[in-house]
Amino acid sequence: MINYFPEEVLWHVFSFLTSHPDRNAASLVCKSWYNVERFSRGKVFIGNCYAISPERMISRFPRVRSLTLKGKPHFADFNLIPQDWGGNVYPWIVAMAKGSTNLEELRLKRMVVSDESLELLAKSFPNFKSLVLVSCEGFTTDGLAAIASNCRFLRELDLQENEVEDRRGQWLSCFPDSCTSLSSLNFACLKGEVNVAALERLVARCRNLKSLRLNHAVPPDALQKILAQAPQLVDLGADSFVHDPESETYNKLKNVMQKCSSIRSLSGFLDVNARCLPSIYPICINLTSLNLSYAPGIYSKELVKLIHKCKKLQRLWILDTIGDKGLGVVASTCKELQELRVFPSDLHVVGNVAVTEEGLVAISAGCPNLNSLLYFCQQMTNAALITVAKNCPNFIRFRLCTLNPTIPDAVTMQPLDEGFGAIVQSCKGLKRLSVSGLLTDQVFLYIGMYAEQLEMLSIAFAGDSDKGMLYVLNGCKKLKKLEIRDSPFGNMALLADTGKYETMRSLWMSSCGVTFGGCKTLAEKMPRLNVEIINEGDEMEGRPDDRQKVEKMYLYRTLVGPRKDAPDFVWTL
Amino acid sequence: MSPPLLGVEGGGRGNAPLMSSSASVDCISQSGSGLKERNYLGLSDCSSVGSSAVSNVSGENKNNLNLNATELRLGLPGSRSPERDSDFNLLTSGKLDEKQLFPLLPSMDGICSLSQKSIVSGNKRGFSDTVDGFSEIKNSVFTDGKWMFNANGSDSGTPQSVVEAKLAGNAGINVMLSNNSSGTQPSMKKEVPTRAPQEGHNKLNGSNNNSSAPAAKAQVVGWPPIRSFRKNTLATTSKNNDEVDGKPGPGALFVKVSMDGAPYLRKVDLRTYSTYQELSSALEKMFMCFTIRQCGSQEAPGREMLGENKFKDLLHGSDYVLTFEDKDGDWMLVGDVPWEMFIESCKRLKIMKGSDAIGLAPRAMEKSKNQS
Repeated sequence: MINYFPEEVLWHVFSFLTSHPDRNAASLVCKSWYNVERFSRGKVFIGNCYAISPERMISRFPRVRSLTLKGKPHFADFNLIPQDWGGNVYPWIVAMAKGSTNLEELRLKRMVVSDESLELLAKSFPNFKSLVLVSCEGFTTDGLAAIASNCRFLRELDLQENEVEDRRGQWLSCFPDSCTSLSSLNFACLKGEVNVAALERLVARCRNLKSLRLNHAVPPDALQKILAQAPQLVDLGADSFVHDPESETYNKLKNVMQKCSSIRSLSGFLDVNARCLPSIYPICINLTSLNLSYAPGIYSKELVKLIHKCKKLQRLWILDTIGDKGLGVVASTCKELQELRVFPSDLHVVGNVAVTEEGLVAISAGCPNLNSLLYFCQQMTNAALITVAKNCPNFIRFRLCTLNPTIPDAVTMQPLDEGFGAIVQSCKGLKRLSVSGLLTDQVFLYIGMYAEQLEMLSIAFAGDSDKGMLYVLNGCKKLKKLEIRDSPFGNMALLADTGKYETMRSLWMSSCGVTFGGCKTLAEKMPRLNVEIINEGDEMEGRPDDRQKVEKMYLYRTLVGPRKDAPDFVWTL
Repeated sequence: MSPPLLGVEGGGRGNAPLMSSSASVDCISQSGSGLKERNYLGLSDCSSVGSSAVSNVSGENKNNLNLNATELRLGLPGSRSPERDSDFNLLTSGKLDEKQLFPLLPSMDGICSLSQKSIVSGNKRGFSDTVDGFSEIKNSVFTDGKWMFNANGSDSGTPQSVVEAKLAGNAGINVMLSNNSSGTQPSMKKEVPTRAPQEGHNKLNGSNNNSSAPAAKAQVVGWPPIRSFRKNTLATTSKNNDEVDGKPGPGALFVKVSMDGAPYLRKVDLRTYSTYQELSSALEKMFMCFTIRQCGSQEAPGREMLGENKFKDLLHGSDYVLTFEDKDGDWMLVGDVPWEMFIESCKRLKIMKGSDAIGLAPRAMEKSKNQS
């Protein structure tokens, strides 16, 4: 009966489908649904840019307005992937320009973006509104200048943690006077100077500006002037903060801050004198998001004083200089906390504090709404993890990183299997998990048994045998991404269920036990997977022996066969 | 699981049979393949040092401790000189009865806290109290030389050796990570040293570096997993902060603290204190052991209280005064100027005998007037 619905009705119904998994599911129902869905899909998400080609994407979704692309595998963040591996966005932009796509939004993560790409982007899509680049590289401020100059309706320019070469080209000045549409501008990751006067004028004329994150080059007195022009800001990032609490600038900043009652999110403080923090106390009460993970200069004491005022905090990113005691303060103050990230601080600023399992337990006890965690710690215990699991059954993302990757339970010296087992058993909605510490196959048995919703799992220096990996592959039905390093899993585990990999986005294995022969076998069996070996140095010259271990293997499902842009050191088997 | 010791080296010195003894005993050269045992306790426990002494077995036999040279600084991977290694070796194999099991750098959070916790209760607790946040050893369960790395019984190695042991079962793998690092060396090598400072917490990184072994070999590439952007940003910041002229940067403010008669110096981060009282208490705790003989005992809390009082008497009595060297190189009495001014000008601290400190006070007053 559903087949006789007129298409208009389906259109209307589908317009309420926003998440791409839902849309993907709908498109599988029948041909007519597939067609209606594909013409109505405006936002396309591609988790692995090599899974499909730009042309095929455009032909399936001709009305795409927003494209999200991810390039390099996650472990590229940690220098495990050499330069020039790939992930170039240029072919995508070329294809969309040719296809006259009405692109409005482009969101890229871990991709290589050249200035050429940015220029083409800026000139090809008249309605382009939003550019979000996360952990990308390959472009310079010249590319940004092109965007600023040409995108007349630009609303969002959001650069997060990219490696950008500074060309001193005054890119900010390239925003024409007619540009008043900016609502979000984030250039905190840029290292170079900006034209502060141009920035001030830009802020003044963009009355819709809600999110502004400045880089270190914007001096405090400019910050104060900018804030005076933009009291409507909701999100502020300032890396260069005041140093002298006696100065005129400080006073002005204090006064201006009091008027910024809309600010809900704060970040930056790369360079700050902690004694100037009281200037932001007035807005603390409204903060829901606070990122001080780049603020090594704020000491535990001042940190605690600040956090004590942030009772409505939902997201907190912080350095481990806060210490267990500081986390205790967070636990008793931030009752609505949902996401916590504790990063290890740089060696130079380490004090006597660090975080251990105690801090985590305190947080779990005080913040029952916690659902997302990234925790770098000196040590951990099973007992603590069991307590955390009991206190916080709502975890969706749980990433624990012991600074010593194979450290056992600090009290019992046992592996941390039981602790993580408790987490997966209790947190039925867990989607992402990173484990660390001393771990045997047992933890993977637990993960396979209990982590039914798990989509992404990161393993390092863990497990005893192939069984570990098998438990995971057999048990986690929703697994999409599996990344493993330095663990004793070999061909047996790799080849046990080759069909599994087509249900997943990708598998990364490095410094494990898989051999060249095993990878070849897999590649032969599964033509719709790209099995790529990253071969650096002289490990494998010419014809490598089948028994030789593969240092880095990355495999992913794809509809378009081996990629054509693979560099010399990447072999697709 | 048996303790990794093969025997108490150098005779039974002191009363600490196990952990504290010679790092060398247990340290088999790292560059060999196969199981390795490492002594991570005692002074070698900030294993960056201990296992650096890996191949330096000769150290165990020397009795004279070149302690002055053992500046308590956590050696960054690859940055330590050979003689430093041997110094530490000496230290570990040295007089056990005096062994305080001081972590090398009390303000190095990770290493110290770990070592605190893994110190056997049979040994002197020493500096546990000076480490902020660890007011007592909660986990003095490790009574028989279980090392953190040794937990799985096979070897007490770093992840490298752990991985080796595990992988040895799978295939005849040798030094896998050396393959890894050698393979990635061209691109990775230069990254390793820059990463090292940030990964100082990671005992692994620090631990296995010999001056003899190439630094990259023992590094765990990409651990802890932090984005390079973040690492680079924080590294640059701390560098800049250190260079800030005149005023100390917002970063840590470490100064050396020496005490007459103590075998080695300490370092404190002045930023963690906000009053003279706090600094004074912390220093008391740190150095109390030097003023009390044989303070090794199991009932440390009681002992320490006794010790503290005694030390306080010593300090506030006529025996010891706290002095500091300012930017001009003058030695001044601590306590005359406001705290903020003090930390800006303090370059090092010294706990002097009262008799030596005569004549300092007047100068301090003058100086502070001139300095404002």
